[in-house]
Amino acid sequence: MARYSGYKKPKNTGKTIARLLHYMGAHKLLLFLVVILTAIGSLANIIGTYLLRPVINNYILPGDMQGLLKMVLLMGLMYLAGVLATWGYNQLMVRMAQKVVSEIRRDLFVHTQSLPLSYFDAHTHGELMSRFTSDADTISEALNSSFTMLIQSGIVIVGTIIMLLVLNWRLSLIVLFFMALMFLFIQFNSRRSHRYFSEQQFRLGSLSGFVEEMVTGQKVEKVFNHESQDYEEFCRRNEALRQAGTKALSYSGMTIPTIVSLSYFNYTVSACVGGLFALAGMIDIGALASYLVYVRQTAMPMNQFTQQINFLLAALSGAERIFEMLDAQPETDEGKVTLCKALEQEDGTLTECSSSQGSYAWKCPQEDGSFRLIPLKGDVRFYDVVFGYTPEKKILNHINLYAKPGQKIAFVGSTGAGKTTIINLINRFYEIDSGTITYDGLDVRDIKKKDLRFSLSMVIQDTHLFTGTIADNIRYGRLDASDEDVRAAAKLASADSFIRRLPNGYDTLLHSDGANLSQGQRQLLAIARAAIADPPVLILDEATSSVDTATERMIERGMDSLMEGRTVFVIAHRLSTVRNAKAILVLEHGEIIERGSHEELLDMKGRYYKLYTGQFELE
Amino acid sequence: MLKRLFSYLKPYKLYTFLAVACITLEVAFELIIPMLMADIIDIGVETGNRAVIFQRGILMAVCAILALILGIGSARFTAVTGQGLGAELRKAEYKKLQSFSFSNIDHFRASSLVTRLTGDITTIQNSVASGMRPACRAPIMMLISLGLSFAMNWKLALVFCVAAPILGVMLFLIVKNVRPLYGIMQGSVDLVNRIVQENLTAIRVVKAYVREDYETAKFEESNLALRTTAEKAFGLAALNMPAMQLVMYATILFILWIGGNLIQIGNMQVGQLTGFLSYVLQVLNSLMMISNVFMMLTRSLASCRRIVEVLDEEVDMTDDEAKDIQVEKGGIEFDHVYFKYRPEAAEYVLSDITVSIGPGETVGILGSTGSAKSTLVQLIPRLYDVTSGSLRIDGHSVREYPMEHLRDAVGMVLQKNTLFSGTITDNLRWGKEDATPEEIREACAIACVDEFIGRLPKGYETELGQGGAGLSGGQKQRLCIARALLKRPKILILDDSTSAVDTATEAKIREGLASYLKDTTKIIIAQRVTSVMHADKILILDHGRIQAVGNHASLLKENAMYQELYHSQQEGVGL
Repeated sequence: MARYSGYKKPKNTGKTIARLLHYMGAHKLLLFLVVILTAIGSLANIIGTYLLRPVINNYILPGDMQGLLKMVLLMGLMYLAGVLATWGYNQLMVRMAQKVVSEIRRDLFVHTQSLPLSYFDAHTHGELMSRFTSDADTISEALNSSFTMLIQSGIVIVGTIIMLLVLNWRLSLIVLFFMALMFLFIQFNSRRSHRYFSEQQFRLGSLSGFVEEMVTGQKVEKVFNHESQDYEEFCRRNEALRQAGTKALSYSGMTIPTIVSLSYFNYTVSACVGGLFALAGMIDIGALASYLVYVRQTAMPMNQFTQQINFLLAALSGAERIFEMLDAQPETDEGKVTLCKALEQEDGTLTECSSSQGSYAWKCPQEDGSFRLIPLKGDVRFYDVVFGYTPEKKILNHINLYAKPGQKIAFVGSTGAGKTTIINLINRFYEIDSGTITYDGLDVRDIKKKDLRFSLSMVIQDTHLFTGTIADNIRYGRLDASDEDVRAAAKLASADSFIRRLPNGYDTLLHSDGANLSQGQRQLLAIARAAIADPPVLILDEATSSVDTATERMIERGMDSLMEGRTVFVIAHRLSTVRNAKAILVLEHGEIIERGSHEELLDMKGRYYKLYTGQFELE
Repeated sequence: MLKRLFSYLKPYKLYTFLAVACITLEVAFELIIPMLMADIIDIGVETGNRAVIFQRGILMAVCAILALILGIGSARFTAVTGQGLGAELRKAEYKKLQSFSFSNIDHFRASSLVTRLTGDITTIQNSVASGMRPACRAPIMMLISLGLSFAMNWKLALVFCVAAPILGVMLFLIVKNVRPLYGIMQGSVDLVNRIVQENLTAIRVVKAYVREDYETAKFEESNLALRTTAEKAFGLAALNMPAMQLVMYATILFILWIGGNLIQIGNMQVGQLTGFLSYVLQVLNSLMMISNVFMMLTRSLASCRRIVEVLDEEVDMTDDEAKDIQVEKGGIEFDHVYFKYRPEAAEYVLSDITVSIGPGETVGILGSTGSAKSTLVQLIPRLYDVTSGSLRIDGHSVREYPMEHLRDAVGMVLQKNTLFSGTITDNLRWGKEDATPEEIREACAIACVDEFIGRLPKGYETELGQGGAGLSGGQKQRLCIARALLKRPKILILDDSTSAVDTATEAKIREGLASYLKDTTKIIIAQRVTSVMHADKILILDHGRIQAVGNHASLLKENAMYQELYHSQQEGVGL
C-alpha cells in the first residue's frame, strides 16, 4: 500500500538517514557487507553475460574442450559466489529491517506513553496510529528490498554505461540522451500521479470515515430504516474514490510502458546511426551487435532505479514523521519527592521500612542529602489556580479550594464549566498557568509524577477497558491483587452480581473496549478497578452516570466505608450523587460561584437550588 | 476464493479484456523490434544499403509508437479494472454489512469491519495494479521462447524439462510455506496494532494508574513476536531470488557445456547457441516473474480471505417468515419471552417475560443497571430476535412483518444518542426523508428543540460533527426525540432519553407527546420515577425478570422496590 501512496520529499534527508543508521546499531557495519554482497551478486550476473562471447569465440569455435570445461567450472564458481551473495544480502536485510522497525516501534510506544495529554488532544488517534502502521511499514519495505535493489540497479546502470562508452563513445551519446529523457519522464510522471494519489488518499479517508460512523451508528440506521439512503451515499463516495484511484493508477501505470517505448526509440536510433557508422567504417559489425545488446539492457534498471528512489524517499519521509513524534517533548517531571512505606516510631517520628508493612509517606530530599518523611494524608489545596488548554482561552480562573483528609468534595456545573479540568490538574495531566496546587503541603510539581499518580485513584468519564478478562481489568488498579481482593472490589462496586452471571464469570474475556457490556456495567468495572487500588485520594468523574440510582446508593455506601478518613472528589451531573458531600462547589465558566453543603446551598436559593428543583438544566 | 472475488469483475469485463489484449499485443513488439534490428545489420550494413537502414528504422519507430499507445492503453484499462473490482467489492461488502445483525457485527468487531472494507480491498487493488502486466506477459513470453528454442534444437531444449520442474518445485515449496507464515504475521500485526490503539484511547487510564511499564512489557512481547514471525516470513520469501539464480546459472552453464560438445560433433551452429541462450534467459526470467506474481497473490490472499469472510457470513436475522402485513394499531404482547445474546451463554438476559401492552397505552419501565431494560425494548423493532417464547404486535409475531415495515412503525430513541455528521436538518430528516419545514418545526416544538435551536449559530442548518459533537447531552437527547417523532410511529420507545433534560422540560415533552401521538403506544425507560409515574402501566424489571407490573398508585402501595426508589428521589423536591 505504502508504495502507492506517492511520496513527499523528506525535509532533512541527511539527519533522518543518520538517525535510521543509529537504529542499526552494531549492524551498521553489516550494511557495508550488504553493499559488497549486492555488488558481488549483480557483478556475477553482468560478468557472466559478458563472458559468453569470449567463451564461444575462444573455446567453442576452436574446439578447445579442455579450455571450455575450465571456463565453465570457473563461471560456475563465480555464479555460485553470486548466488550465495544474493542469499546472504537478502537474509541480512530482512533481519536488519525487522530489527530496525521493531525497535522504532518500541521506542515510539514508550515515548507515546511519556507524552503529555495535550499532545493527544492535538493529534487524532488515526494520525498517531499511522506512525505505527503505514510509516513503519514503508521503512520496513524500503529496507527489505528497495535498498538492495537500488544498489543493484545502480551497479547495472553504471556498468552498462561504461561498457557502452568503451565500445563506442560517440554512439553512447544517443543512449545518454535517452536515459536523461527517461529519467525526466519518470520524475514528471511520478509528480503528476502523486497529485492524484493524494486525492485518492483523501477519498479513501472520507469513505472509511463514513463507514466507521455508520457501523457505530448501526442501531439508529436500522431503527430508522435508513439503509438505502446510506447505501446511496456510500456509493457516491465509493464512486469518487474509484475515479480518483483510476486516474492515479492510469498515470503511474504509464511509467513502465513509456520507458519501454522510449527504449525502443533509443534502440531504433542507435541501430540506424550505428548502421551508418558501420557503413562509414567507424565501427565493425561485431562491436555494433554487442553494443546494441547493451542498449537493450538500459531500460529496466533505469526504471527500477527511479522507482526504488521514490520508495526510499517515501520511507525517509515516513521516518521523518516518526522522528518528529519521537522528538515531541515528554511530560515534564522535575519532581524529587517520592513515595515510600514508613513506620511510625514510638517517639512519633517516621522511618522508612520495607514495602510489605507500614503506611505510605512522602520522602522529601533535603539540601543536606538526608530525607524528611511526611505521612501521606490526602490533603489537596488549590491557591489561585489559573489554567487554559490554550493560552488564549482560560478555562479556570483563580480557583481556590481545599480538601482535607476524610472529606468528600463535589463539583457541580455545566459541561465545559471546568470540573474535569480541575481534577486533571491534581494529578498533573496538564500544567497550570499560575497559582499553586499542594498535596499534603507539598507543591505537586515537586512530587515525582509516577508517585503522585500512584497516590490518586481515578475513575474517569469515559470508561476504558482493556482486552483481557474481567479480573485482569479490575486488577489493573493493583497488579498483585489476589482473586479475593478482586472479588471484594467488585462487590464494593456492585459489579459482582452481574459478573457472576456472565458466561465465564470473572474469566470472561472482554474485547474492543468491553463492547459486550452495557455502559453501566463498564462503569461498575471502572469503579472496582479504582477501589482495588486502595488509594488515599479517590477521584470519581461522572463515574456512575449510567448506573441507576439504587445501585449508585449501594456503591456510595461501599465507597464511603472504604474511603473513611480519606479524600474523595466527586463530579456528577446527577445531584443525588453529590448531595452527601462535605462541600459542594458549583462551577460556572471556570469559576466557583457557590460553595457549601447540600443544605447550605439549598438555603442560599441560588443556582444549586434551581438545579435541584429541576428548574435548570445542565448543559 | 479468488474465483469468487473475481466474479465481481463482471461490470468491468470489457476493460479486463482490453487490458489483457493490450498487454498481449505489446509483447509482439518485444519480438518484432529485434528482428527489424537484425535486418538493419544483416541486410543494411552487410550490403551497404542505406535505404534498408532508413526503412527499417522508420518501421521500428512506428512499432515503438504503437507499443507506446498499447502501453498507455494497458495502464488505463488495468487501472479501470483494478479500481472497478475494488469499488464493486466495497459495494458488495457494504451492502452485506447493512444486513448484518448485531451478533454478526460483534463477531467481526466494528473496527475490523472498517479495515476489511478499506485496507484489505486496497491490498487487492494494488495486487491487480502491479500484477496484471507480469501475469499476462510472463506466460506468453515463456511459451514463445520455449517454442522457439525447441524449434531451434529440441535436444538441447530438453534441458528445460529438468530445469523448469526443479525451479517450479522450489518456488512452490517457498510459496506453500510462506503462505501460513503471512497469516501468522498478519495476526501479530493485528495484536500490536490493537495494543497501540488501546493505549491511545485509554491513555488517561494508563497514566492515572501509572501502568506505563506494564503496558510497555505487554507491547514488547507482541512486538517481539511480530519481529520473529516477520523475519521468518520475509526470510523465506527472500529465498525466491537466490533459488531462481541458482537454477538460471546452472542452466546457462549446462547449455554452454552441452552446446559446446554438440558444436564439436557438428550437430549445432554457433549462432544457434547464442540465440538459444537468450531464449533460455527469457524462459527463466518469465518463470521468475510468475513466481513474483504468486508471492504477491499469497500476500493478498490473507486480505481476500478476510473479505470473503464478510461476504459469506451468514446473516442470522432475515425476512424469511415475512408476510405482506403492516403494523396497524401497535399493541404489543410478550409471551414467555427468553433472550440471550449468544446461544452459548449460560444464563438468559431476559427470562420469562410475559406482558401485554394495549394500543395507545403508555408504559414505563424501571429497573436497576443491568436489569435488561434496553434489551427488552430492542426486541420490539427486531434489533435482536427472541431466543424463545414469542413477541407479537397486533397479534402477529414480529417475524411475520417485513423488517422494513416493522421498523417503520417503531420509533425508537436509543440510550446512546447517535447523531451523524451533517446539518441538524439532515439528522432530523432521518425520521422522514421528505419532511417539510413545517413538519420539522412541529416535531421540534414538541421535543423542545425550539428552545435552543435559536441559540445555535445557524439554527437548523448548523453543522454537527460526528456523534453530534458540539451539543450538550440534553440537546442531543431532544434532537433524537424530534427525529423519532417525525416518523409518526405506531410505537414509540424512549430509552432513558430524557436523563440529561431538566424536569420542567421533560414534563413539557411528555405533555406534547401525549397530544401529538395520541394513538401511539409509548414505552418509556427511565431512571427517574417522575418520568414514568403518569404512565398507564409501569413494569419493574430486576435481573431480566418482571418483578412487578402496575400503575403508580398500586406500585406505591405494594412494591417495596418502587417505594424505595420513589422516596429516595422525592427528597428535596418541592422545597
